[in-house]
Amino acid sequence: MKKLFPFIKKEFLHVLRDTWTMMIILVLPVVMMLLFGYAVTNEIRDTNIGVLDLSKDNISASIIERVQQSEYFTLKHNYNSYHEIEPSFRKSEVGLVVVFDEEFSNNLLHKGKAELQIVADATDPNTAKTLVNYISSIAAQSLMELNKNNPKPMQITPELKLLYNPLMKSSYNFVPAVMGFIVVLICTMMTSITIVREKERGTIEMLLVSPTKPIMIIISKLSPFFVVSIINIITIFLVSYFIMNVPVLGNIFVIGGVSLIFLLVALSLGLLFSTIAHSQIEALLYSGLIFLMPTTLLSGMLFPIESMPLFLQAIAQAMPAKWFIDAMRKLMIMGVDAKYVLKEVLVLTFMAITFMTISLKLFKKRL
Amino acid sequence: MMLGYLVEKEFKQIFRDKFLPKVIFAFPFIALILLPFAANYDIKNIRLTVVDNDKSSYSRELINRLSANHTITFISMEPTYDKALDLVHSDKADMIIDIPKGLEKNYITQKETKVLLAVNSVNGIKGSMGGLYALSIINDYSIDKTSEVSLFKGSQGVEIKPLYQYNKVLNYKLFMVPALMVMILTIICGFLPTLNIVGEKEKGNMEQINVSPIPKPIFILSKLIPYWVIGIIVISIGFIVAWLVYDLVPQGNILTIYFFSFIFTFAISGVGLILSNYASTYQQAMFMMFFFVMILILMSGLYTPFNSMPPWAQVIGSFSPLKYLIEVMRNVYLKGSKISELLPQLYALLGFVVVFYVWAMLSYRKKS
Repeated sequence: MKKLFPFIKKEFLHVLRDTWTMMIILVLPVVMMLLFGYAVTNEIRDTNIGVLDLSKDNISASIIERVQQSEYFTLKHNYNSYHEIEPSFRKSEVGLVVVFDEEFSNNLLHKGKAELQIVADATDPNTAKTLVNYISSIAAQSLMELNKNNPKPMQITPELKLLYNPLMKSSYNFVPAVMGFIVVLICTMMTSITIVREKERGTIEMLLVSPTKPIMIIISKLSPFFVVSIINIITIFLVSYFIMNVPVLGNIFVIGGVSLIFLLVALSLGLLFSTIAHSQIEALLYSGLIFLMPTTLLSGMLFPIESMPLFLQAIAQAMPAKWFIDAMRKLMIMGVDAKYVLKEVLVLTFMAITFMTISLKLFKKRL
Repeated sequence: MMLGYLVEKEFKQIFRDKFLPKVIFAFPFIALILLPFAANYDIKNIRLTVVDNDKSSYSRELINRLSANHTITFISMEPTYDKALDLVHSDKADMIIDIPKGLEKNYITQKETKVLLAVNSVNGIKGSMGGLYALSIINDYSIDKTSEVSLFKGSQGVEIKPLYQYNKVLNYKLFMVPALMVMILTIICGFLPTLNIVGEKEKGNMEQINVSPIPKPIFILSKLIPYWVIGIIVISIGFIVAWLVYDLVPQGNILTIYFFSFIFTFAISGVGLILSNYASTYQQAMFMMFFFVMILILMSGLYTPFNSMPPWAQVIGSFSPLKYLIEVMRNVYLKGSKISELLPQLYALLGFVVVFYVWAMLSYRKKS
């Protein structure tokens, strides 16, 4: 123990001395939380739209007025002919054009049915679909008023209950994901680079010939990142709880325990990459391109895993962050009992033991 | 002359490395083939569990209707709501529909029936989209049913005819592929020169160059020219993959894309240059790059629509060069826009080039 302590102190000094990196590490989680919580969303707002009204009467006018009143749309252009639409789309001036043909009101009043054409810029198919849905429901509402006096159909009234996240805040989904990401970034990426740097400079040889046991060296190398990650996790908790009002419903000890297991997985992966890589750039590419990037894309952080093709879903199962994020979502947001995350915990524990054993074996072999 | 030798040296160094050339050529392939499959917001396979208290032919028909599509998958029938909720807790189901007793009877006696639809919305988009989708199926069903049993006749209705321009089949991949090329270009032409320069610093080679008679613009140019060339190669690989894998060819002129990509490569390597002046070790450089590039990517409209961001975020986002090239890529690829329709993007990118290079020149010192 006495021998270990100065080593740990040395490693801490190494990390703390680099102010630039330190600053970025401490600020990064907060920036990410704010970005994901407030800036990066799929919600539709304030789309510029155009109208081509060839019908020009009070029904079309009332629908246009309703569309204009909606918070989703800003009427930017009134076209006079079909030819003006195409150039407008190409300059990305509008996202959608509502077209009332000459016969619109005539058909509606006399035949009881009319066509409303919506031309959408579907370069982004998701936005286009959502916008078309909004316009359709606005048009339907306008017509309900016209139809006020007709008999109502009897109905099944569905009552929609949004479990766990009634306000549909995207932060509920992102907070656990940001945690997983930060831990991978710091524990895996930083650890691997720091150890490889000593290798590249040759200083690791000196440590290895010193009377300290290799295991002590590893422990002292890993401890600063362990501590920094814990600080980061706590920051994320505080920001999400106090600033973004994300609930922490589950048992705090269970949450802490799961986080610790995941930290171990991430650290041992960092150690593993550092034993494989020969230079810093190699370590960076291993942990960055081969590990961090798939983690970001496949762990359900940004994109739902169940929408992916099967082979990607299979790869996703191998991502430690996936299991951590799943467990965190259940514990923090859904507030379920520990027994519901048993599977995730077991998988993470298994990963921790496996990676730790492999990397320790490889590290010793290098001696 | 001196520049020629230096550029030759850089190329030799890049291709002598056993790792870098692989990354430069394999990364665009892998990224463009895998990412579009992963980067998908489509809502699919929402797992539905049913609590059917009515057990009538009507309720069965409703359940069949709900699960007869790719969005909702029926997984089980549960006796009580609590049992069903248990499935949601353990992440075996995403949506519960609770059909009360008397659904069939109410139809015949023309009464209203309340059906509870509960959906896991930890992921807000998925929850609400899935929920709304199920709602619309239930509504359709009840309208169909009512027109069977009552004398209700359809009154005035509007048939919405959507026309999806530029992406008729609503394929999200066609939207992502051109934009992902920009991300790849950023990583290769922004990250790599920075790491290269900082690597020289860390190894101490920088000292030798500083005492040599090489003027600083020549030295910097020699570091960047290889990556400009590589950038053009990378974007060409992107074109080929898009064409072979996704059958996607630009609607507009391919030279427009090359023109804009070249300006962008210029600008983004400028960002790399600035960072390399501030960073002195690999680790620092990497974290700085990572930090800024992450913000630039997330706020550029690559994964989520730019206009969905609140105004303050849009202001920050408009300082991201990525935003403009992504717009150009998507517009030229899908809509066939011409240079004359992309002038704002052109001016913005040129502005970035000027600002970044002036900044880089000012912050570069021949110091250790």
